[in-house]
Amino acid sequence: MLLNEFLILGAVIFGIGIYGVLARRNGVLVLMSIELILNAVNINLVAFGAFHHDIAGQVFALFTVAVAAAEVGVGLAIVLLIYRNKRSIDLTEVAEMKG
Amino acid sequence: MIQLIAAVAEAPSNTSAPWLVEQVWIIPLLAALSFPLTLAFGKRLPGKGQEIGLALVGTALVLSIALGASWAGRGHIELEEHSAEAIHATYTGTAAGDGESKATEEHGAETTGKGAEGHGAETAGKGAEGHEAETTGEAGHEAEPVHVRPYYESEQTWYQNGPIHIGFGFHVDGFAVVMLFTVCFISFLVHLYSTEYLRGDRRQTHYFAALGLFTAGMLLMVSASTTIQVILGWEIMGLCSFMLIGHWWEESKNSNAALKAFFTTRTGDIGLLVGMCILFFGAGQTFNIAKINQAAIDGNIQRTLLVCAAAALFVACIGKSAQFPLHTWLPDAMAGPTPASALIHAATMVVAGVYMVARLYPVFFEAFRISDNFQFAVIGGVNPIAIIGAITLLIAGGLAFVQTDIKKVLAYSTVSQLGYMVMGLGVGAWTGAIFHLFTHAFFKALLFMGAGSISHGVFHSFELEDYGGLRKYMPKTFVTFMVGTGALMAVPPLAGFWSKDEILLGAGKNGYGLFLVASALGATLTCGYMTRVVYKTFFGEYSGPHTPEAIEHAEHAEHEAHGHDDHASVPAGMAAVAHGAHQAERGPHDDEPAAEHVGRSSPGHGAGAPLGGYPHESPWNITVPLIVLAVMSVVTGVINAPGLLAFTHFTAIEPIVAAGVPEPHFDIVIAVWSTVVGLAGAGVAYLWFFKEIRFGLDGITSRNKAARAGYLFLVNKYYLDELYENVFIKGIKGPIAAGAYWFNQNVIDGVVNGAGWTAKTFGNLVYDRIDQTAVDGTVNGVGAGARGLGRGLKGLATGRVQQYAALLIGGAAAGALVLYLVTLGS
Repeated sequence: MLLNEFLILGAVIFGIGIYGVLARRNGVLVLMSIELILNAVNINLVAFGAFHHDIAGQVFALFTVAVAAAEVGVGLAIVLLIYRNKRSIDLTEVAEMKG
Repeated sequence: MIQLIAAVAEAPSNTSAPWLVEQVWIIPLLAALSFPLTLAFGKRLPGKGQEIGLALVGTALVLSIALGASWAGRGHIELEEHSAEAIHATYTGTAAGDGESKATEEHGAETTGKGAEGHGAETAGKGAEGHEAETTGEAGHEAEPVHVRPYYESEQTWYQNGPIHIGFGFHVDGFAVVMLFTVCFISFLVHLYSTEYLRGDRRQTHYFAALGLFTAGMLLMVSASTTIQVILGWEIMGLCSFMLIGHWWEESKNSNAALKAFFTTRTGDIGLLVGMCILFFGAGQTFNIAKINQAAIDGNIQRTLLVCAAAALFVACIGKSAQFPLHTWLPDAMAGPTPASALIHAATMVVAGVYMVARLYPVFFEAFRISDNFQFAVIGGVNPIAIIGAITLLIAGGLAFVQTDIKKVLAYSTVSQLGYMVMGLGVGAWTGAIFHLFTHAFFKALLFMGAGSISHGVFHSFELEDYGGLRKYMPKTFVTFMVGTGALMAVPPLAGFWSKDEILLGAGKNGYGLFLVASALGATLTCGYMTRVVYKTFFGEYSGPHTPEAIEHAEHAEHEAHGHDDHASVPAGMAAVAHGAHQAERGPHDDEPAAEHVGRSSPGHGAGAPLGGYPHESPWNITVPLIVLAVMSVVTGVINAPGLLAFTHFTAIEPIVAAGVPEPHFDIVIAVWSTVVGLAGAGVAYLWFFKEIRFGLDGITSRNKAARAGYLFLVNKYYLDELYENVFIKGIKGPIAAGAYWFNQNVIDGVVNGAGWTAKTFGNLVYDRIDQTAVDGTVNGVGAGARGLGRGLKGLATGRVQQYAALLIGGAAAGALVLYLVTLGS
């Protein structure tokens, strides 16, 4: 089995996700980028699971999917609240945690 | 699912323990219940929740006494029925070691080598069948078995993940039983005392809730079977200590003191966590104290790990038990209500560190090689525990001289006595240390409560200069305080004499000569400062706030004082003679929280005539605890008198015996010598502080002679008292009288003054140089460092989430790179 292709795909998606998280100013797009990161990890998990003939990889991937769903739910709620308060979802405008 | 872990694997007695021993968890639970119940229902009860605390802790006390009784019963049955080979072998081995040391005493200087040899043989042979014969043969003595009651342990699985098993359970042995009793006893009396002392306080309910939780924490810790529980109880106590010290947080001084206490002990707590983690891995992934001790005795813990763990745990002890250099929090902690000080900062919490060291004693015993120490020619053995203890006891003893606040004197005295306990553990006097812990709890609680009673009667002042002559006004407090002082000064046959003597004995017999001297010096200091306190408080003239200005002040504050009409509860007999007539008119105590510290300006005593400002005896719920504790301060010592040794037999626990901790026998030379040295301190201080009376009276006679001798010059020079000068100034000369007088004034006074001056200068020096500069400087430096670091890091906190994410990812990438390079290299 060709493991490398899957890993490369995962790495690329991961990179795109990182880029999106760091560079995007739109809150929703940042959340979507986080989804990309998580799915990149899922690809790795499933690929390694298949490679080692171990079901654990898929099980973990399922867990990740469930967690990601919950996480995006919370995330979107936050974005919604930010929008209600600021009339914008530009993350650069949200700097309430400034020390 | 209760999983019984066999005490010694061979002790089947575990299943046949008395009911209360098996169900010991009830005692901490009762105290713990006090916390939620008081908080939930306290405010609605007439006593603001004190009933709940009193009832629950009282029940716990009754149970702990019953536990003690059933524990004492357990032993006799045990020894007759179960002289099983395994137990016997273990004990014979140690007893052989004991005999060995006895033998070497006769042989002189070979103690170290031989002791080590015997010990090594014992550990090596442990578990082997031939062990018994081997050691007995080697000892060449008929080995008398040490009578030990096998401990009982019930442990439930709290959490299990693979091989890691975290248990939660209770461990009952003689030591735990004694501690349970002590804590319940003191706590109950403190509850009782607080019903008067904090009557009408605005946060009375919270106070009693914290008191209950605190008691529960200590009880949980002393009956813990795992180190996790020790940490849990330890931290509960830290929290409650914070709450109680900062009870009157409206004054920033108090809340600062609470923070200082919390953070200083927290510094040590890091050591506790680290040490317990090291022990967990070192002893083969177990939190069970008995197993850790066994592993330490068997040498199954890698030496480096053992030393690291012991050092880290000792740091925790330094923090919690206020040892040098982390002792500075304890005197400040006196900002809390006095009964809380009595409970927490004298009798129980501060001994948590000592308790922890004593409980895990085999770890320290093996790590620092206490029994076969590296010996210097003259000064004898040294090890870190003993050194820290000795430094603490001397420094604190010196500092106690220069304090003007009675509670601070007692606080430094506590630090000093804790130094004794730690030093006792350091020199291998295990029984001595925990016996001192036991007796000290009673007499120091007595002294603190006495100080509270004094301040209660003297308008909430703790300043020694406001006292004087109080023995006339507060006879019960006076007598009980004197008993406590006697016990602390180790006057035979009071409690402190027996316990302190055992520590000295340990130091002397185990080859720790230097520490024998240090502790004798400490005893001298103790006697000195306690004499000073007693003089300033109870003798001389009352100098408190009954002066015209103060009375006026009090009258001014009168309308602010809130009244209670339960003054009938003060028995008339307790009223001081001087103001009996004004008793009825006098307003009750003002228990407004701030009053204790605002001192004389706020009490509501101005209702009567000016004489109404005189101090008075405290009501029954203050004096009864004092009397009970005074009785305990007398009897607790005698129980371990030579020949009786009830305490030694009661608390003889297996790990200590198995580790071969020596149990020296009473030595009349050390006892007499230490008492004489100590009381010499009291004598010097007596002359010094009572001098105004003593030498004043002497002065009249000698001045008479001197006046007759007409030694005008000397009289003028040495006497400031102008009345005396004017009366005796034109006298007759007499060379002999003059000479005697001169001798009296110059030589005797010089010696006495010199001694006093030296002590005072030493105290001041220590306070200024070490306490204020070095210790405080370090503490402040750490604080400033943290602040600077925070300021520097503040720039990083821009509030831009994406910048944080970039940092995070950058860090992770750097970590990944390092990992990659490392794996590449290997």
